[in-house]
This record gives sequence, structure tokens and C-alpha cells, in this order.
Amino acid sequence: MLEVIRSVPVEYYVYLSSVLFSIGVFGVLTRRNAIVVLMCIELMLNAVNLLLAAFSTYLSDAQGQIMVFFIMVVAAAEAAVGLGILVMIYRNTKSTDISLLDKLRN
Amino acid sequence: MTLAIFLTLAVISVITALLMVFAKSPVHSVLYLILTFFTIAGQYVLLNAQFLAVVHIIVYAGAIMVLFLFVLMLLNLNKDTEPQKSAGWKLAGAIAAGSLLVTMVGAMHGSIQIAGAEQSNPQVGLVENLGKVLFTDFVVPFEIAGILFLAAMVGAVLVGKKDLKV
Repeated sequence: MLEVIRSVPVEYYVYLSSVLFSIGVFGVLTRRNAIVVLMCIELMLNAVNLLLAAFSTYLSDAQGQIMVFFIMVVAAAEAAVGLGILVMIYRNTKSTDISLLDKLRN
Repeated sequence: MTLAIFLTLAVISVITALLMVFAKSPVHSVLYLILTFFTIAGQYVLLNAQFLAVVHIIVYAGAIMVLFLFVLMLLNLNKDTEPQKSAGWKLAGAIAAGSLLVTMVGAMHGSIQIAGAEQSNPQVGLVENLGKVLFTDFVVPFEIAGILFLAAMVGAVLVGKKDLKV
């Protein structure tokens, strides 16, 4: 049996993940720079990853950690495409302010 | 001892995450987020998920955040060009995120009971076990992830092209 299971209740991981996820939500809602918004999304994905890994270890089930692996795959693809779109937006508007992008026309 | 390590890592990760959100300069945000990712990698080591810890550092600190830094330096963003939302928006965001936190913690508090944790297998997060599961039960999602990467690569190159002739 792992030392961490004996000494750290699994609730602590739930609380830590909730706090990190909420900080990510707060950043997405309040920041206007698109790069920082993308970083906050990465933070939220990581909070979920941490919780999946914690439950995977506590239940000795490897499927949770495989799921974390796939989330990392999707996060990497998302970051690449998102930053590509961001560079394109910057070329057209000379800014990364997301509040300039509230209309689909023009 | 393990609890102390857990709490230290948790406090550092929360503080650096907050600094990431509140930092004025986007470059500082990226650096604080890298620190947060390192503390999360420390949590994976604590959970004996060693494969995840290494992959996490390689993918996040090594690839994704370097990509973010490159884009930041390419676009030459700094504190002066940083757009700011009004205080009302910040208050609304804080209330929304705080409500979410209270709801999640309140829903989870005292409701989790894990049976059989005493007979847990500490080998579950090692490369041997994860490799077996990944290439037997999850081999189809694994191949689909390859296709996803190919699509993302083509899409990123196509989106990033300067003058697109269709």
C-alpha cells in the first residue's frame, strides 16, 4: 500500500482540483488577452487530470491514468491549433484582445 | 511526511495559479503556469504515477508552454499592450468562480468513500502496467489519437499560412 493513500485523504485531492479549476474559470471570465485565456484552459484541464490520476491510484485502476494521457494528447493538439488561430487573429487585428472578436462579420 | 509534501505542493500550485491569473504581463503568466505544472508533476510522483509525471513535464513544460512563449515573443506582447477588463467584470467573474468552487466542494464534501484502498496495487502507475493497458484495451483510441494529431498538424499549418490560396 502506498504511503500517500494512508496519509492523504482523497478528499484533499478533490479540494485541490476544485480550487485549481475555479482559478481557471476565473481567469477565463476575467482576462481579455486570448493567450492568457488559453493558458487558463490548460490549467482547468490539468485540474481534471490531477483528479483522474488521484482516483486512479486510490482505486488501483490504470484506466484513469490512460484517460489522463489522452487528455494530454487533446490538450497538445488544442494548443497548437489555438495558437495558430491566435497568430492569424493578431495578423488581422494587431491585437489579441478577445473583446474585439464579438462579431462574425468584418 | 507525505501529507506535508502534499500540502506544500498544493499551496505552491494554488499560489502560482493565482499569480498566473493576476500577472499583468503575459510572459510572467506563462512562467507562473510552468511552476504550477511542475508542482502538479510533483503530485503525480507522490501518487506513484511516474509515467504520467514524466510525460506531463515533457508535454506541458517542454512543448506546450514553450509554444506559448514562442507565440508571445513572436507577437511582442508586454504589459503596455495588455487589455484590461473593468472592475465590474472582475467582480462578476470572482462571484461566478467562487460559486462554482463552493458548489463543487459542498457536493463532494464527505461523499467519497473508497472501498478496498488498503489492498491497492502500487504498481498501477508504472510504465509496464500502463503500456499493457494502453496497447490492449485502449489501442483503438491510441490510433485515433494519432489521426487527431495529424489533423491538428495539418490544421495548424493551414491556419498559420500567410496568404492562403484556395
